[in-house]
Amino acid sequence: MRFRLTEDQVALRAGVREVLVRCFGAERLRDAVDAGGVLDRGLWRELGAAGFFSLCLPEAKGGVGLGVPEAVVVFEEAGRALLPGPLVATHLAAGRVPGAATGEAVVTAVGGGGLVEWLDDADVVVGSVEGAVALRSVDPLTPLHRVPGADPAARLDDLFVLLTAAEQVGTAVRACEAAVQHARTREQFGRPVGAFQAVKHLCAELLVRVEVARVAVYAAAVTVDPVDIAAARLLADEAAVRGARDSLQVHGGSGFTWEADVHLCLKRAWVRAERGGSITESEELLAGELLVEAS
Amino acid sequence: MDLAYSPEEEAFRARLREWLAKTLPSLPPKPSPDDWPGRRAYDLGWQRTLYDAGYGEVHWDASPTTRLIFLEETEKAGAPYVGAGFVGLLHAGPTIAAEGTAEQRARWLPPILRGEEVWCQGFSEPDAGSDLASLRTRARRDGDVYVVNGSKLWTSHAEVADWCELLVRTDAEAPKHRGISWLAMPMDAPGVTVRPLRTLAGSTEFAEVFLDDVRVPVANRVGAENDGWRVTMVTLSFERGTAFVGEVVACRRVLAEVAREARANGAWDDSGVRRRLGRANAEFRALWRLTQWNVSEGEASGGVRGASGGVPGVGGSVFKLRYSRARQELFEVAAEILGPDALDLGRGWVLDRLSSLSYTIAAGTSEIQRNIVGERILGLPKG
Ligand SMILES: Cc1cc2nc3c(=O)[nH]c(=O)nc-3n(C[C@H](O)[C@H](O)[C@H](O)COP(=O)(O)OP(=O)(O)OC[C@H]3O[C@@H](n4cnc5c(N)ncnc54)[C@H](O)[C@@H]3O)c2cc1C
Repeated sequence: MRFRLTEDQVALRAGVREVLVRCFGAERLRDAVDAGGVLDRGLWRELGAAGFFSLCLPEAKGGVGLGVPEAVVVFEEAGRALLPGPLVATHLAAGRVPGAATGEAVVTAVGGGGLVEWLDDADVVVGSVEGAVALRSVDPLTPLHRVPGADPAARLDDLFVLLTAAEQVGTAVRACEAAVQHARTREQFGRPVGAFQAVKHLCAELLVRVEVARVAVYAAAVTVDPVDIAAARLLADEAAVRGARDSLQVHGGSGFTWEADVHLCLKRAWVRAERGGSITESEELLAGELLVEAS
Repeated sequence: MDLAYSPEEEAFRARLREWLAKTLPSLPPKPSPDDWPGRRAYDLGWQRTLYDAGYGEVHWDASPTTRLIFLEETEKAGAPYVGAGFVGLLHAGPTIAAEGTAEQRARWLPPILRGEEVWCQGFSEPDAGSDLASLRTRARRDGDVYVVNGSKLWTSHAEVADWCELLVRTDAEAPKHRGISWLAMPMDAPGVTVRPLRTLAGSTEFAEVFLDDVRVPVANRVGAENDGWRVTMVTLSFERGTAFVGEVVACRRVLAEVAREARANGAWDDSGVRRRLGRANAEFRALWRLTQWNVSEGEASGGVRGASGGVPGVGGSVFKLRYSRARQELFEVAAEILGPDALDLGRGWVLDRLSSLSYTIAAGTSEIQRNIVGERILGLPKG
């Protein structure tokens, strides 16, 4: 059993991280927030050129020919960078929608709760968006529409859910790193606040949630089993949402400001938790499976 | 990244399954939980059976993956767990294998593997729990023996143990972490008194141990004099790192049984109950994946042998934190499903619910584990 990153996967992770620092580092993130949710076509094409969307497309079709585990590694990094845009939908459209693989086309899809991200910027939409109404999105980097009458319990594509979970893990990692960084450097009462147990323990739990969610996502990427995917998304949502909240707490008053990135983590985590579909459905799927195993 | 087992590993699994199917039906009935001599005999008998079939060393000498398969298959088949052999097989043995001399290994390891001797852990004291290094039990050197005085607390299986991994203070002047030594103490030595303590579950699984001028040969010291704290860290990392693995499989089985019970008694119709069961399923699936991940990492980083070299890292604290909580949550869900029956000690899971309360305390409390994660993994400053 080799349930860990291969050398190639470690290299892939490092490579993607490098690309993302270059094309979507801290400054670009803030610029994007200031721009107010306008999709950066230049960035999209850069991502396309880096193979971001064609990753899993067979080489014969001009893709990179990698598998779901690699996609998960890449989307985790995207989540860590808080990279905006309908990344998962475009990735899944590669090979089906012309231009998606290269980043020429922006593809969005109707996700959980009948929500559609980046509708105004998309060239192609997967699913029906008749009568879509714009929301004032809580996340400054994810414009949202809602399709009235969309079935809230509609079953989503498993890969859509899994890659969303991978992004959640990445954002949870970011929240944890930010909390630890702050806890090490911010001093009160003459010492770094991370020396205080109440703070240290918040950080420790942040890490525990990240580690557990990450292995669940990786395992689901290997098995591509719907029940594993349901488990992975529950844990990844928890890691990202709780993680961002706890990170905000560790940041104190500065965490409550627009300038700190923590709120961006939290808001994106909320958006993705909806995108993954009904949490109740995932829990029911996992519960039902217990009876199958028991019979 | 894959979850596939090699052909050799699958062959091991198949062989083991076949052997378990053949062997388990002929086991004697399980003794009652309070019959400690009976439990000792039963647990050692099982270890002997394993030994005779060539599985005696599986906790130590097999590759971590093979060991994982062993724990998975024995648990799935409902085979006995290590029981009274816990300390010997899962941490005293591995510690001696990693830190002991050739003579010490030859003296103590074979009887553990053959199911002949039971070990207990004499670390905690009345005034030294989480702050273990403040222990006060003293050992005064008298020629080639140590004369030991003091007392130990919460010593699991002390009543039926032959040996105790005992922490003593050999230098009262040194800073508290520096003056400790790790001794193997025979429990039948004159001056050792065991007073069983009743747990909140009503059982007597641990005890107080009083030590009154107990003479322990210097040759029984594992590691150098006053270097016992380092040896202890080795022991504790085995305890946290690998000792709970088999239980994850057991919890997954219990969870399925709880779901079946819910279906039978109507609790299943409550979507709140189903959702909690679903969450618990996600949790134990992830814990199993975490186990597989840690095992793969361990194997890759050269920690191939559980005992003869590879010492598990602080990652065990991550696992223990999450597992101990998940286990308690599992029996809380079970209690909700049982309703008033959850007050009946005669019902399955009620004792488990009670004993699960110890999981966030024993082998280092959750608060201590969070300190370890915060300081040793995340690099936060000490408080
Ligand atoms: C079922 C069971 C079996 C056991 N078996 C054995 C055995 O075989 N051998 C053995 O040696 N020991 C054994 N123990 C003892 C166990 O290791 C200790 O109980 C444990 O380490 C905690 O120590 P304590 O009980 O003295 O609690 P204390 O250390 O007094 O802790 C009390 C509370 O304070 C908290 N606390 C303490 N220090 C800190 C800190 N620095 N930061 C934050 N919180 C802190 C703790 O988390 C806890 O909540 C067993 C315990 C149990 C429950």
